[in-house]
Formats: sequence, C-alpha cells, structure tokens
Amino acid sequence: MTSLPASPTFISPRARPARLRLRAGIERLIEGALFLLTLLSIATTVGIIVILVRETWGFFTMRGADGQILVPISDFLGDSLWSPLLSDPPRFGVTSLVCGTLLVTAIAAVFALPLGLLTAVYLSEYAPPRVRGVVKSLLEILAGIPTVVYGFFALTFITPNLLQPISSSFGTHSAMSAGIAVGIMILPIVSSLAEDALRAVPQSLRDGSLALGSTKAETILRVVIPAALSGIVASFLLAITRAIGETMIVALAAGGSVAQLTLNPSAQVQTMTAWMVQVFLGDAPAGGIEYQSSYAVAFTLFAFTFVMTWVGALILRRYREVYE
Amino acid sequence: MSHVVLVTCALAACIAVAALAALLLTIAIEGSGSLSWKFLTSFASRKAASAGILAPLAGSVWVCAICALVAIPMGIGTALYLEEYAKKSRLQGIIQLNISNLAGVPSIVYGLLALAVFVRFLGFRAGESPLSFSVDWSSLRIVAPGDPDSLWFIQVPFGPGVLAGGLTLALVVLPIMITASQEALRAVPRSLRQAAQALGSTPWQVAWRVTLPAALPTMMTGAILSVSRALGEAAPLLVIGGFLMVLQTPSNLMSDFTVLPMQIYNWSGRPQEEFHRIAAAAIIVQLAVLVTFNALAIFVRQSFQKPLQS
Amino acid sequence: MNPPPESTTMTQPADLPAPQRHPSTEVPHTASAAAGTSRPSTPTQRATVAMRRFNAWYGEHQVLQSIDLDIPEHQVCAFIGPSGCGKSTLLRWVNRMNDSIAGARAEGSLALHGSDLLGRGVDVVALRRRVGMVFQKPNPFPKSIRENVAFGARLHYRLTRADLDELVEKALRAAALWDEVKDRLGSPALGLSGGQQQRLCIARALAVDPEVLLMDEPCSALDPRSTASIESLIRQLRSNYTIVIVTHNMQQASRISDSTAFFYEGKLVENGPTDVLFTSPAQKQTEDYVSGRFG
Repeated sequence: MTSLPASPTFISPRARPARLRLRAGIERLIEGALFLLTLLSIATTVGIIVILVRETWGFFTMRGADGQILVPISDFLGDSLWSPLLSDPPRFGVTSLVCGTLLVTAIAAVFALPLGLLTAVYLSEYAPPRVRGVVKSLLEILAGIPTVVYGFFALTFITPNLLQPISSSFGTHSAMSAGIAVGIMILPIVSSLAEDALRAVPQSLRDGSLALGSTKAETILRVVIPAALSGIVASFLLAITRAIGETMIVALAAGGSVAQLTLNPSAQVQTMTAWMVQVFLGDAPAGGIEYQSSYAVAFTLFAFTFVMTWVGALILRRYREVYE
Repeated sequence: MSHVVLVTCALAACIAVAALAALLLTIAIEGSGSLSWKFLTSFASRKAASAGILAPLAGSVWVCAICALVAIPMGIGTALYLEEYAKKSRLQGIIQLNISNLAGVPSIVYGLLALAVFVRFLGFRAGESPLSFSVDWSSLRIVAPGDPDSLWFIQVPFGPGVLAGGLTLALVVLPIMITASQEALRAVPRSLRQAAQALGSTPWQVAWRVTLPAALPTMMTGAILSVSRALGEAAPLLVIGGFLMVLQTPSNLMSDFTVLPMQIYNWSGRPQEEFHRIAAAAIIVQLAVLVTFNALAIFVRQSFQKPLQS
Repeated sequence: MNPPPESTTMTQPADLPAPQRHPSTEVPHTASAAAGTSRPSTPTQRATVAMRRFNAWYGEHQVLQSIDLDIPEHQVCAFIGPSGCGKSTLLRWVNRMNDSIAGARAEGSLALHGSDLLGRGVDVVALRRRVGMVFQKPNPFPKSIRENVAFGARLHYRLTRADLDELVEKALRAAALWDEVKDRLGSPALGLSGGQQQRLCIARALAVDPEVLLMDEPCSALDPRSTASIESLIRQLRSNYTIVIVTHNMQQASRISDSTAFFYEGKLVENGPTDVLFTSPAQKQTEDYVSGRFG
C-alpha cells in the first residue's frame, strides 16, 4: 500500500459520539407511539360501530311489561309513521324519518348542486383573477360559518322574507326553509371541490378543443366538464353526505316532532338528526324505548353516510383521470 | 350561446355571494342593537333583556383549548406516521380510507361515541363516579374524594364536563387535522428528506429536524381551521349532555359548560322576537371570534412561510 | 471472467464498524482477488466498493443485471451511459437511498471495504455516515449556511460550539466556498447562487467525514461557470476521498475521472481507466456511445 494521504477530518477528535444505542431505542419508541396514534383512528371507527350495534340491538330486544318485544325490526322498517312521544302506542317507522331527511337533502341538492357547479365553472373558466380571488374568499367565509347560524338564518330570513310572501302555506318551520339553508351551507363545498376538479383539467385539452374551432362555451360543456366529471360527482356526493348528516339547521328550521311520509316542501318534517337532538335534549327519559330509539336512528344515519362516502371514494379512485 | 353560459355562471356566483350578504346583513340588523359590554359579561337569563353570553364564551374557550391540545398533536403524529414511516401497504391503504370515511361521519354520531366512552366510561350512569380526586399543589397531595371547587379536580368517569366536551370535539376534527397535516407534509420537497437521509439521519431525525419545520406553517393553518370547525360545533355537545342554561364559568376540567353555538341554538329556537335578537348578537360574537382565528391563520401562513426551494 | 467465491463478499456479518476516522489505514481488502470485469482497473489499487453479480429491480422491472465492478480507493470513478441505463440506481444502492422507494430490491453482493451492504441487518444510518451523497439539484435545507454544514455532524456527535465553528470553516474551505460566505454564515442557504448551493451541499456531505462521496449528476442543474468550479473541486477532493460520479456529460467524465464505467440497458458494458476507455474502447457499443453516435 502506498502512502495515500489520510482523509482530512472535520470532526474534532474531542467530540463525543452520539449515544447510538439510546438513539435506536428512542427511534423505535417514537415509531411505536406514532403507530399507536394511527391505530386510534381505526379504533374510533370500530368504537362507533360497536356502540351503535350494541345499543341498536338493545333497542330491538327491549321488551314491554307484557314481555312482548316493543319494536320489532319489521315495524321499524315497515311503519310509515314516526311518533314516539305523541301517539299511543308510540310509533317507530324509521322510513318517515328517512323520508324527512331525504326531502330536506333533495331540496338542498336541487338548490346547491347546479348553483355550486355553475359557480365553479365561472371561477375556473371565466372569472378574471381578481374577481376569482374575492369570490373564493367570500365562499370560504360561507364555508366557515357554523351551521347553527344557518338555522337562525332560515328562521329569521328565509321563512319570513322568501317563503311566506310566496305562499301562505309556509309556517315557521318547513322542509323548504331548512332545505334552502342546508343548500347554502353545502354550496361552498360543491363550488370549491368542483373548481379544483375543473382546474385540474390540463390547458392542453382546452387548447385542443379551441383549435378545432369550438367556442369557449362548447369547450367547457363538451370537454372540460366531462373531463372533470369524476371530481364533480365526488363533490356532489360529499355535499349530499354533509346535508344528510346536518343537524343544527334541521333541528331549528324543519320543525315537527312527528315524522310522516310526505313530499310536501311546506310541511313540517322530522329528520334523523333532529330526532336525536330532541332525545338528547331531554324530551325522552333516559333508558326508555324512545331514548334507545335514537341509537337505531343513528345507526341508520351512519349507514347512509358511510355508503355515500364509500361510493365517493370509489368513484374518485376508479374514474379519476390522471393527467401528467 | 357563449354569452348564455357566461351569464348563467356569473349569475350563479352572484347568488352565492348574495346569500352570504343576506346572511350577514340579517345578523347585523337583528343583533347589533343587543351587543354591549354587559351582554358579554352577563350570564344567561330567562329575560332576554338581561341575558348575556359569559358562560358560553368561557365554555367555548375551555372546550376548544382542550380540543386543540388533543387534536393538533394527535393529528400531526398520525400524519407523520402515514407520510414518513408507513410503507405502502394494505394496512396503510385501509387507514387512509378509514380517515376519509371518518371525515364523512356526521358530527352528532361522534357525540354518541363520546357519550359512551368519555362521559360514562362504558356503563356508568350520569352522577355516578366511583373515583374522584383533586390535586393539592401547595402540599403536593392527592385528595380523595376530590374537592369539586378545586382547579385540579378530576372524576372518573368524566361526566358531561369541559374535558369530555373538548375530547368530543377532538374526535370530530381529528380527521380534518390529519388530512391537513398530511397535505402539509406532502408539500415538503422530497429532495430535502433525501438530503437529510443521505447525511445519516434516522427517520425521526429527518422528521423532527427537516420535514416538520418545513411543514409547520401549513400545518398551523390546518390546525386553526380545525379549531374553527370545533368552535362552531353544537350537535355532538348536545348529545353528551352539555347544558343549555349554565350560570357559571368553568372552574375545572369537570365543570358543567355550554358553548356559543349551543346558546345560539337555544335562543334561536324560542318563538319570542327578543331572543332572536340576542341570538343574532351572540352570532356576531361567534363570527368575530372565527374571523380573528382565520386572520391569525393568514398571518401565520404569511409570516412563517419560508421558501423551500429557490 | 471468473466470478469470485460468494463467501468472500456476501456473507460478511452486517455490522458496519463504528465511525472510523482513518479507514485507509485498516480494513483488509477482500475483493481484490476478483478482478471482475472486462478490464480491471489498476490491479494494485484497493477497492473501496466492490460489486459482484449485482442485480437490482424496481418491482418486476430489472434495472441492473449481474454487475461486477470494483471502485478503487481515492480515485474518481465516473458512471456513464444513456438515460435509464441504471447508473443512478446503482449509485443509490451504494448508500441504500433506494430503501425509501417502494418495490426496489437487489440481489448479489455489494460491499464497502469488505462488509456487506445489502443484508437486512445493515445499519443504513451508519452506512450513510460513511458514504456521503450529492444530488442532481442542489438541496440545501431552508436554514442558515452554518446550520447546513453542521447538520450531519450534529446528528452523530455532541460537539462544543468551538468545535462546530472549526468544523464549519474546515468543511467550507474544503468545498472552496469559505471565502465567498465567511461573512454571512448566519444567512439563509437558499440565498446563495446555484453553484454555491451545490458546493454547500458538498461541504455538508464532507463535514461528516465520509470515505466515499456519491455524486448524482451534480452539475446538470448548473451553469458552465459553476460547473467548472465544481469540477475543479472534485479534482482536489480526489486525493482524500473515493468519488463516484454519475454524469451525462462525456467531456466531464473525461476531464475529471480516473476510471469510467459504461452502462447500457442495465448491464456494465465496459470499465477501465478513463483515457483508455475514451481513446481505445474494447467494445463496439462503448465506442459508439463515447463518439456520440447514440445516447
């Protein structure tokens, strides 16, 4: 071996090396702790499902003084009236609660989905940058407003100023009033997510269409929107999920303590979430069948939103166009 | 044709903005008259004229502080694991899907989970608490049963106090916090991680010295948005048994509480016009708090964001 | 070509010795008997990094096939070849940077001073302390110049303030950057020019006392003047470090390297002293490539 010069050393010979073994231990400890934290999110889901299933089971197996099961599943699913507090015997037809929820959601969707999409198209395709910035931050404000405020808005503005002048059939509470308020609440969700989807469409696609002699409107309708469709549909589904689970607006504005199968927008309706609020605010004594029913309702609600989220994730995953 | 599309779209945007304007105007007109120092410093009352929002204001502060202390570190920790440690595996895919599912669960359902876990510890009824103690720091002793007036009073199960409320809201916003932190971590250039790795950093050293500092401003924005969301939640707190009429500010983690959105709900739901006016005044306060928070988010983002790559 | 007995390189226990200050004075050379490829580099030279029948995959796709290569100590070895030939992948296996890429795996033998680098038990953190890396694009941390240089040393040692200052100065001098930045050590590294940033990254890598320096196209993002300064720096560093540099630029390879390895489609086509490989290559493919006929 020739006498090659030794490597220059930068680290002072006085330096003490780090405690490597200790460090390896700490390293493992941290990774383990972070992993446990991550598992907590799974535990949350499992916890929700376990509690809902256990308490729902308790509801369906609850027996009255005569030893009869109080609410068989067939009544729960088959009865068309939900009236646990006012009817004798109490009636537990969840279909009518679901109907109330879907009626409010449908009104909100009819209002918010097209409006949200059109707003998104305007922001993404037409708006000059400054206008876009302003409108986007206004929509962000809208998204940040607590839902209970929309409930207040429904009672003090939508009902007296928009609905009652149109028809005298609208009382203080109605599906329509709650539906419009929910619609305003989900509008920024649709517009912001749909805008993201539209902006993700590469400029080259627009250029290609324009170069073939299409107008801007044709390009948007035939090229841009179809290309962004999966993102747009996912935004719709997310907004609908939020509408189904919305609580404070319907608790304030939708009204009724009785739910029935109705599609009349001026009727008072009871929704799944509003019933739960009513129970937990103390209208039903703890431990009774009415109290227990809120868990069966929550289970139904959870099933609805779970399926919706799942479908949304599936659509995004399966149909997402990837542009590189 | 082209103009029709443009006009329709612009009109839609106008309607959205008009809805916001109508909402803010309604609240301002209804509420501004009732806003006063006395309103901020009085407790609730059966008479609208003498009612105030001291209790819900203090309750919101307590509950959201607990929520922030729990949800922010947990959200960042989970995001760190998923982005920096987890290998692309089935488990990781499941966890990711699970988090997006949790974000879609209605907040009221979290209330049911929290009621069972935090308030009742899976079985106890309200009012039963087999274990209670308080810490006396002056003599460094644990006193059992605890003194409910002490600041360091704990009982198990927690009951519907501010601790249970804060933990409930932490459950609600955790998925949001995780997702926001993940996005912040993903925005850190890979080249920085590689540089740290190539110098012989352990995974935690990479995360602690390089990735986290770079992602922190964005993460804080996400944190503030999460806490804003918590500030506006009422439904899960109604479920765990938060009170609508509270005549004191919280004195410890077990204290009864109410929050602004619950108070707003309570007053809005009454038929009398004068309660609507104080509800609107409470909304103005709530929105003012939220605006302050969001201004803070913008400030954090702008003052701490360093360029990551020139 | 005679493949060496597997045992000499593969089955060494995976413990890397604790950081050595002067590795050149110890560590017996195990792989020199196996003068591997088409043309052995100066046989008297000790191999720092030795590869035997080295194969690497990304998922199902095999990117490197049966590589036999010795990288001699205290020389500059250039990896050349067209894009996608696997030269960067090979480089990134030497300090195991491929570990963070899902689906990346390797077989065969890859050894540093005789100790295996591929086994499960290899402490990659300790390995990367001995094998530094400089990347294609300068990637200083968004911290001060001083913090950047001190980063690695701080990971591995508990240093006093004075030692740290000395280390920063020496490393910046070694990277020929000291005179330009000595008055602003506390200012952000991202304020430096591209060439300065890259020299800072070299200083940062040197500051942990590595034995080997891997450079993945270190000049490809730089202007000609910065490139020239990096090249002259590499020539100076050669006396103290074993340097492996991946480059697209054949002039660069011929200017700065002692030996050159030409890769094509995942295979090592030819390896030898740079002047020989560029003037009278043994393989037709090499000749075509170095004369610019393809790639």
